[in-house]
Amino acid sequence: MIRLAEKRLSKKGSTLTKLLTAATLAVSCNVASAADPLKVGFVYVGPTGDAGWTYAHDEGRKYMVDQLGDQVETTFVESVAEGADSERVIRQMAAKGHDLIFTTSFGYMNPTLKVAKRFPKVKFEHATGYKRGKNTGTYFARAYQGRYLTGLIAGKMTESNVIGYVASFPIPEVIRGINAFTKGAQEVNPDVKVKVVWASTWYDPAKEREAAETLILQGADILTQHTDSAAVIQAAQSKGKFAIGYHSDMSPYGAKAHLTATIHNWGALYTQKAKSVLDGTWKSEDLWPGIAEGVTDLAPLNDAIPADVKALVMAKKQEIKEGKARVFDGPVLNQAGEEVVPAGQSMSDNDLKGFNWYVNGVEGQLPKS
Amino acid sequence: MDIELITNILFATIRTGTPLILIALGEMVCEKSGVLNLGQEGMVLMGAVLGFIASVVTGHAGFGILAAIFAGMLMSVLFGFLAISLVSNQVATGLALTIFGIGLSAFLGAGYVGMAIDGITAWEIPYLSDIPIIGKILFSHDPLVYLSWGIFGLLFWCFKSTRLGLTIRAVGENPEAANAIGISVMKVRYGAVLFGGAMAGLAGGYLSIAYTPMWSEGMSAGRGWIALALVVFASWKAERILLGAYLFGAASIMHLVLQGLGFEASPNLLAMLPYAATIIVLVVLASDAVKTKLSTPLALGQPYRPQV
Repeated sequence: MIRLAEKRLSKKGSTLTKLLTAATLAVSCNVASAADPLKVGFVYVGPTGDAGWTYAHDEGRKYMVDQLGDQVETTFVESVAEGADSERVIRQMAAKGHDLIFTTSFGYMNPTLKVAKRFPKVKFEHATGYKRGKNTGTYFARAYQGRYLTGLIAGKMTESNVIGYVASFPIPEVIRGINAFTKGAQEVNPDVKVKVVWASTWYDPAKEREAAETLILQGADILTQHTDSAAVIQAAQSKGKFAIGYHSDMSPYGAKAHLTATIHNWGALYTQKAKSVLDGTWKSEDLWPGIAEGVTDLAPLNDAIPADVKALVMAKKQEIKEGKARVFDGPVLNQAGEEVVPAGQSMSDNDLKGFNWYVNGVEGQLPKS
Repeated sequence: MDIELITNILFATIRTGTPLILIALGEMVCEKSGVLNLGQEGMVLMGAVLGFIASVVTGHAGFGILAAIFAGMLMSVLFGFLAISLVSNQVATGLALTIFGIGLSAFLGAGYVGMAIDGITAWEIPYLSDIPIIGKILFSHDPLVYLSWGIFGLLFWCFKSTRLGLTIRAVGENPEAANAIGISVMKVRYGAVLFGGAMAGLAGGYLSIAYTPMWSEGMSAGRGWIALALVVFASWKAERILLGAYLFGAASIMHLVLQGLGFEASPNLLAMLPYAATIIVLVVLASDAVKTKLSTPLALGQPYRPQV
């Protein structure tokens, strides 16, 4: 897309319009090429430089290229608005001969399915959605496993026994994260309380910062977030508290405060999916990989974390990896302290995907969304 | 609620209201001269990104702020050239400026995501900040907050009792008449648009250098639009802009604080509070239809073609 535009513009030679086009058009790039490689397309909701969600997906794309080399040729389009715009971009990709297209935001669900119907030979993979088709699969990461591990760290390290959680919207994905985090913290420290503040936004650095400071004011000495910017890390750093990041290693924003972060490694998943198309074994399925597959992981642990806590986290991570333990193994208590899942049982994936209640240790009432 | 909590709430209120005040005061002057510039969001983002880049490159937050102001002015010159000199449609041009600014700032800032700067820190005014409670609320901010008060005072005085204020208003009320008595409509409008751009750029710098010292795409998160609405609801009066912005700030902070206190209400409803409260108060204040009409710049949004 951008190559076409540039060709047209170079005739006119106007720097201003060139800049304009470069800035307002979604930028797409071509990487690698060989004799008849598999063409893989990626549609991103944000800029690849957001240090968050989209950044992680693009790292995954690069990893796949490293792994498969000449066998694949990738294209990506960034900052594609959800809705009608995305349908246009996805259709264009399919029409241009891509064999496999990853659409990486929830709002691309219906557009992806719509385009998929028209291009039955192209394979589609939609992240975070729940609707599948003949040639459309879905995938997501078990980020809650990382949340649980960071909860262990927070529970061990808090001195005030109040941990602050800046959340976005009360949907199952976010509630699952809060619960996993709280369960981890509670397991190592039954006195700990997790205070949740809903910022009612995915992304507003100033508001995220105010939410963080509000929590600090109310006694929290460790913060974590389920919003997209690094403002919470910054707030913690400036107030001399600790924080746990999300999406990517956010330590550049506050090296002292940043204990670790739950991160996504999509590379392994993308490589596996591309391979399956190459050898003809691709099928539409719902993939939910996590720590075992290396898709969910932790950023490097801060040296401020005591060695025994580090060891505990590593041990738990190993158990989850080997399938010996699950995050929501019973007993799981609700806020009232009643046993919802008895010891010896574990919550099913379906239960996890529909989480609409808080576990014991979360303070306040879950808002009805 | 104890005193410390209330102090902190009021302190945060001022910080939250500041970017809105800066943007809205700039836009107010712009609109008083009869020019409707919807490009605030784009100018704010350009100020934020160039301010941040300049801070990184020079290592001085002060240079960053100057660069932010300069960036906003550059954007407004572009707008002025199209909307004033070429007499293009102001609404369409302003919207284009916003889209352009969002895109260009993302493009320029791509390499600066994830970088850290020192940013502007609070400057506690000697003696004044020692006053209990009030000192913490009013006199322990970063310098840009004090600057916003200074600019407010100047504008208030300017439109209350100076010839310059009258001139700007004349141009916004009836450019033909202003032209007839020898006022250069073009010059006044360019000046007002430039001032608006500088203020929007400054607000951007405030966000990326003082408030949350980082650059990330779209970090203004719609503040330009809120400020635009604020100008109208404040009936183009500086003192009401100040009031509205702080009201908005207070309600935004309460949205967060009340949740932490265990207040049982839907956070979605609470998130609506800043908008609802600000609109209600300002609409009630502007309930006198005649007075409100008097303060509305009559020629707002209308292009002016100089008679040759």
